[in-house]
Amino acid sequence: MAETGAGQDSRGQALAARLRRNRWLLAAAFVAVIAVYSFDGASIYVLLPALALLAAAAMVPADAERRSTDTGAAIEASGLQRLSGEYLAAAVADPLIIFDHSAAMVHANAAAFAAFGGLAPGMSLALKFRAPEMQALLDGILSGEVAADVVDYTEKLPVERTYRVSASTVGHATGLYVLVFKDQSETRRIDRMRADFIANASHELRTPLASIAGFIETLRGPARNDPAARDQFLQIMQNQTGRMARLIDDLLSLSRLEMKPYLRPGTAVDLRQTIDSVIDSLGPLASENGIIIERDFIDGPVSVPGDRDELFQVFENLLENACKYGQSGGRVTVSIARVEDGQDPGIDVTIRDYGPGIAEEHIPRITERFYRVDVENSRTQKGTGLGLSIVKHILSRHNARLSIKSEVGKGAAFTVHLPAR
Amino acid sequence: MQSVHTVSAYDEELKFLSKRIAAMGGHAERMVEQAVAALVNVDHGLAQKVIQDDIVLDEGQREIDDKAIIIIARRQPMATDLREIVGAIRISADIERVGDLGKNVAKRVASVDGRQPNSLFRGIEALANLALTQLKEVLDVYASRSVERIGFVRDRDDQIDAMYTSLFRELLTYMMEDPRNITPCTHLLFCAKNIERIGDHATNIAETIYYIVTGDQMPAERPKGDKTDKVVLPGTVPAK
Repeated sequence: MAETGAGQDSRGQALAARLRRNRWLLAAAFVAVIAVYSFDGASIYVLLPALALLAAAAMVPADAERRSTDTGAAIEASGLQRLSGEYLAAAVADPLIIFDHSAAMVHANAAAFAAFGGLAPGMSLALKFRAPEMQALLDGILSGEVAADVVDYTEKLPVERTYRVSASTVGHATGLYVLVFKDQSETRRIDRMRADFIANASHELRTPLASIAGFIETLRGPARNDPAARDQFLQIMQNQTGRMARLIDDLLSLSRLEMKPYLRPGTAVDLRQTIDSVIDSLGPLASENGIIIERDFIDGPVSVPGDRDELFQVFENLLENACKYGQSGGRVTVSIARVEDGQDPGIDVTIRDYGPGIAEEHIPRITERFYRVDVENSRTQKGTGLGLSIVKHILSRHNARLSIKSEVGKGAAFTVHLPAR
Repeated sequence: MQSVHTVSAYDEELKFLSKRIAAMGGHAERMVEQAVAALVNVDHGLAQKVIQDDIVLDEGQREIDDKAIIIIARRQPMATDLREIVGAIRISADIERVGDLGKNVAKRVASVDGRQPNSLFRGIEALANLALTQLKEVLDVYASRSVERIGFVRDRDDQIDAMYTSLFRELLTYMMEDPRNITPCTHLLFCAKNIERIGDHATNIAETIYYIVTGDQMPAERPKGDKTDKVVLPGTVPAK
């Protein structure tokens, strides 16, 4: 409940309020005593309740004071008592959430807000962290069976993250509890990545290797004394080694991204400048393929939070694809537009080609690793089957979305939506 | 968030319902995750665990039904409270179905030997990720009650349908290539269908949440994007 959550403010305030209330009570008692004396000759029965009231009023603040000294005595010397829990939470780098006896959130530090979207004071943590082990952890702590406990908690989506979560009660009888999340994702991911890398890479590297091995055999055998064939074979072998090198480059950059799929808010990136330099760098490829790159940018500065090098790679991969696979269209349009309305304002960058387009059944799957619409075409265009996979990874780090629209025969449009936040 | 009632036990009862729903939801998410992992890695042990876990959801649904009926009888709820309680009954039924579908995927692990092409399993995994993201987001909305964020559910539904159609086509191709593929591929087809249904249940839950919070029905749905009813492969349909 929001109401009870807000009520859990600092104890200091409650104490002050109580004292203020009692001041009036004390004043009233004092006036009563004066009145009794001034009426002179009033009976003792009127005087006694007045005195009792005075004593009771004095008791209350004294009581509260005593309790606060109990808990505070140990830390008072170091000046810790004045430290606000809020500041302390903010100083912790790991996500930290404070909650009350009904599992309603009382306070969360900035790291927690960044890590778990949709947190709000008063919200029930039991509803937010639904994994069975987290439910057990919360139940255990709230029932008072254990004072502190630790579990491993994995969030699969949108990006896989693993935390070691420790829950404990705060102080004595404060009615507050705390959850601290220690991010263990990287270690977990490195293990997984090693296995994945071997599975994917070995399969993709085997094809060029087999072809190189075949040509070496031919060169040492039947084609030993055929200079024309030798040149041709060496050229093919060179192409194949080039392909292997590209593949390894792509695999490495993909693994780097997968190691750190969760990006902390970065600096502002000037999109216009970034996209201009992408277009410049791909100029030679475009003119080689007979493609004209058209620009359709909005006016004014366009910047989004993110990592410039990664966004550069996104647009480079998309534009390169457009130039390669949309060759027959003769032109590619790059547009930047601002999206103001809707639930998610931001910047839309669309890269549109006018080539053969992508059949509907492939669209949902082309961002999968090594998924190719046309294996032969991809090979001749020196594709590794990883380009869009890299794009997808970078965009999910940026909280961005990739949407693909295509009609066979009319080209394809890849739109990157970058949130402005 | 619900408003505060004079009888605080009433609040406690309503809170119990939503907490129980969240626990069921978490359990269902875990089951589907594990069922798909068991399928992709052909892990029979994990599949058995998923099958046994389903009983937790059945119990959860029964408990929510009982509690909800008792609350209605005892408190005679009105307006938001009544919607909250009826909504809980409906959502728990949807979650229970999600669990059943996960369990069914797990049951089929025994019939799939894992020799099918990798791209199929990757496709099913991607489909499951879409469905699970949808389920997670919907349950997050249940926690935060921010129904304005509920529009995404339908976008995701379109993606799920497109992915399912693509997988359907691919599976048919493998079956045509080699009749020995028919048994495992049919099982995979049902797995894909089950996962697609999970997405539909998530959409149902989203509609219920919208109703609980606003009191209105969600605006009418657009036409379905599942096009598998029209997928045929060349040469398999007799010429008319």
